[in-house]
Amino acid sequence: MAERPAEPILEVRDLVKHYPLTRGVLFKKRTGAVRAVDGVSFELAAGETLGIVGESGCGKSTVARTLVHLERPTAGRIRYRGEDITRLSGRALKAVRRNIQMVFQDPYTSLNPRMTVGDIVGEPYEIHPEAAPKGDRRRRVRELLEVVGLDPDYAGRYPHQFSGGQRQRIGIARGLALRPEIIVADEPVSALDVSVQAQVVNLMERLQAEFGLAYLFIAHDLSVVRHISDRVAVMYLGRLAETGTDTEIYEHPTHPYTRALLSAVPRPDPAARARRARIPLAGEVPSPAHPPSGCRFRTRCWKARERCAREVPELAVPEAYRASGGPAAHPSACHFAAEPDEPDEPYGTGEAGRGA
Amino acid sequence: MALLEVTGLHVEFRTRDGTVPAVSGVSYRVDAGETLAVLGESGSGKSVTAQAVMGILDSPPGRITAGRVLFRGQDLLTLKEERRRRIRGAEMAMIFQDALSALNPVLTVGAQLGEMFTVHRGMSRKAARAEAVRLMDRVGIPAAKDRAGDYPHQFSGGMRQRIMIAMALALEPALIIADEPTTALDVTVQAQVMDLLAELRRELAMGLVLITHDLGVVADVADRIVVMYAGRIVESAPVRDIYRRPAHPYTEGLLESVPRVDRKGRELYAIKGLPPNPRRIPPGCAFHPRCPRAREVCRTEVPPQFEVAPERTSACFFWRETPGGTGAPDGTEMRGGTEMPGGTETPGGTRAPGGTEEGDG
Ligand SMILES: Nc1ncnc2c1ncn2[C@@H]1O[C@H](COP(=O)(O)OP(=O)(O)OP(=O)(O)O)[C@@H](O)[C@H]1O
Ligand SMILES: Nc1ncnc2c1ncn2[C@@H]1O[C@H](COP(=O)(O)OP(=O)(O)OP(=O)(O)O)[C@@H](O)[C@H]1O
Ligand code: SF4
Ligand code: SF4
Ligand SMILES: [Mg+2]
Ligand SMILES: [Mg+2]
Repeated sequence: MAERPAEPILEVRDLVKHYPLTRGVLFKKRTGAVRAVDGVSFELAAGETLGIVGESGCGKSTVARTLVHLERPTAGRIRYRGEDITRLSGRALKAVRRNIQMVFQDPYTSLNPRMTVGDIVGEPYEIHPEAAPKGDRRRRVRELLEVVGLDPDYAGRYPHQFSGGQRQRIGIARGLALRPEIIVADEPVSALDVSVQAQVVNLMERLQAEFGLAYLFIAHDLSVVRHISDRVAVMYLGRLAETGTDTEIYEHPTHPYTRALLSAVPRPDPAARARRARIPLAGEVPSPAHPPSGCRFRTRCWKARERCAREVPELAVPEAYRASGGPAAHPSACHFAAEPDEPDEPYGTGEAGRGA
Repeated sequence: MALLEVTGLHVEFRTRDGTVPAVSGVSYRVDAGETLAVLGESGSGKSVTAQAVMGILDSPPGRITAGRVLFRGQDLLTLKEERRRRIRGAEMAMIFQDALSALNPVLTVGAQLGEMFTVHRGMSRKAARAEAVRLMDRVGIPAAKDRAGDYPHQFSGGMRQRIMIAMALALEPALIIADEPTTALDVTVQAQVMDLLAELRRELAMGLVLITHDLGVVADVADRIVVMYAGRIVESAPVRDIYRRPAHPYTEGLLESVPRVDRKGRELYAIKGLPPNPRRIPPGCAFHPRCPRAREVCRTEVPPQFEVAPERTSACFFWRETPGGTGAPDGTEMRGGTEMPGGTETPGGTRAPGGTEEGDG
């Protein structure tokens, strides 16, 4: 596990992204907002991998898109090496964007089918011509293809001539073109087969070691996230529920949502069938346009009490663990994180996510 | 009698760039109340096999060139389209990965579900509507009565998948084929959907064919597994045996590739090389360019199905060296060129002629 240096390379504070809900065709009337991201704070250190997990629609991709300036945040601050980059524009923004690159989920749709692989990988140089002199680009593209394990002679081919795993490599090669320090990877392996997934994960880890990259790694697959991450952030309905090292989150979760999530991970072990006990989540995910008052998880939480409807729980190390330390002493946004009461059904603790 | 028995199925696609042999001799069976998981590399023919069984193959360009699909004893491939259409939906149904594109966007879900009953059962609109609500309730849609008038896009991904399941279940079919029913869903919703399927399978003694990449889901719900590679079944076994002791190198590699806690910080195992190009499937054993156990014979000869144990087969010449083969009694060659010891041809993964002992020593 990476030692965490004092100075984070990326610092996100109270990030908010609301999408206005409008009605009417000619005169758009604002009727409310989808609160896709609603106050998220985290840090990323150089060379570190932070995994983000959470239910579909909880705002993971929105966070990713604001980091690479594909969306403007409604509120909050993003600092890169101490400098507030949230409101940058023009040249200054461009300079920063070079250092934060994105790799997308879907290798089938995120590459332009009419461009050759060489053009796709070299495209960032068109946007940032200062990054590589024109005469040098061809060589660099070949080098990038080689780095991600593709034959440089493929540069003249088109995306449809490649398999899913190869296309994902092309996306990664493009992400590396400008030698960024941070790569935001939004479900980079979700569309891939187990065997190809392993190849891409290994590639990402090798590149990280080689170039000192920091990753923000978003995925649904909790076992992949555990494998690649130094720290993990669990998101629920636009906010962070819990953050910690992979061991803290997977072995000692204190937030009820994290527990439910881990208990739902199927384990590739038929013998575990009888032993496993899932925490069923009651009800549907509430709409992000109308999140519940207080704790957003309370409509589905088996521990919810009156206080949960009144008070928003802060993401902080639970009082009771602060002095004692230990693996349970990590930030959790639950009023009762330190009360290990069980749900009605029996359930395993971090055990459920193990090995899955 | 097996509920579904696919024997020696061959499907090819004739395209401008040549013929693609998508399915090359697939055999499997499913009994009532049983879940058969179909695992395998992307492009290995899992979906095409299912489409051929359902009679919804995209043809042309697709064509079934050989094989039998026995459903409750009758060969579906020789039936008239009219008769097949009646079986489809009423006796066998399919659930697709992408519910949004499989549902009609301009019809309310109540109307779509109701249609099943008016068309197949000749019910009145009103009675059909009531049935639709009952079904939605059954698959766990809260406030089903109020929501029957909503359109597909007004539901979340998990709920849409439930509606697809409701649609498949409407006429209480004997067999359901689910093609990656939870791939687009997150783990909590996935768990709900799988629970629902398991419950219905128990209640109605339905046979379920579950196509998936997810080794966790398979371990959780399957009774038996077939593993496909390049259009063939390479291994077939009861679920417990395959996870503990895979008997084919591809299955071994697949299981090895899953991230595990005790290997954090190390490279994941990855099967070397790339999945085969379906237009240029390697000769001999299609897996040989990627196989750590490959030898000379693998380049030229197609391995037949070897019986590893009762109910277990492996299409690998060297299955005895795999975890599933170590200490097991001699395999009996079952198909592919050689004479069957017992005479009749059996589909892969089923009863073997001649009593071999349990291979799990
Ligand atoms: N452009 C937009 N306009 C309106 N709402 C949006 C927009 N983009 C996202 N949303 C909403 O914001 C919420 C968060 O979406 P986001 O894509 O960030 O979720 P996610 O966590 O990435 O989900 P998934 O796991 O399914 O990818 C969702 O409710 C989504 O419907
Ligand atoms: N309509 C079609 N025309 C031409 N080739 C096709 C068509 N449909 C499928 N194929 C080919 O048939 C082969 C088997 O495809 P199939 O969809 O069954 O794979 P699969 O095992 O379901 O893979 P995945 O896990 O990616 O869904 C592939 O090589 C595919 O390219
Ligand atoms: S604050 Fe209350 S509702 Fe929220 S997770 Fe904790 S116990 Fe549950
Ligand atoms: S037959 Fe040969 S190449 Fe094929 S799986 Fe067995 S050892 Fe490997
Ligand atoms: Mg997303
Ligand atoms: Mg498929």
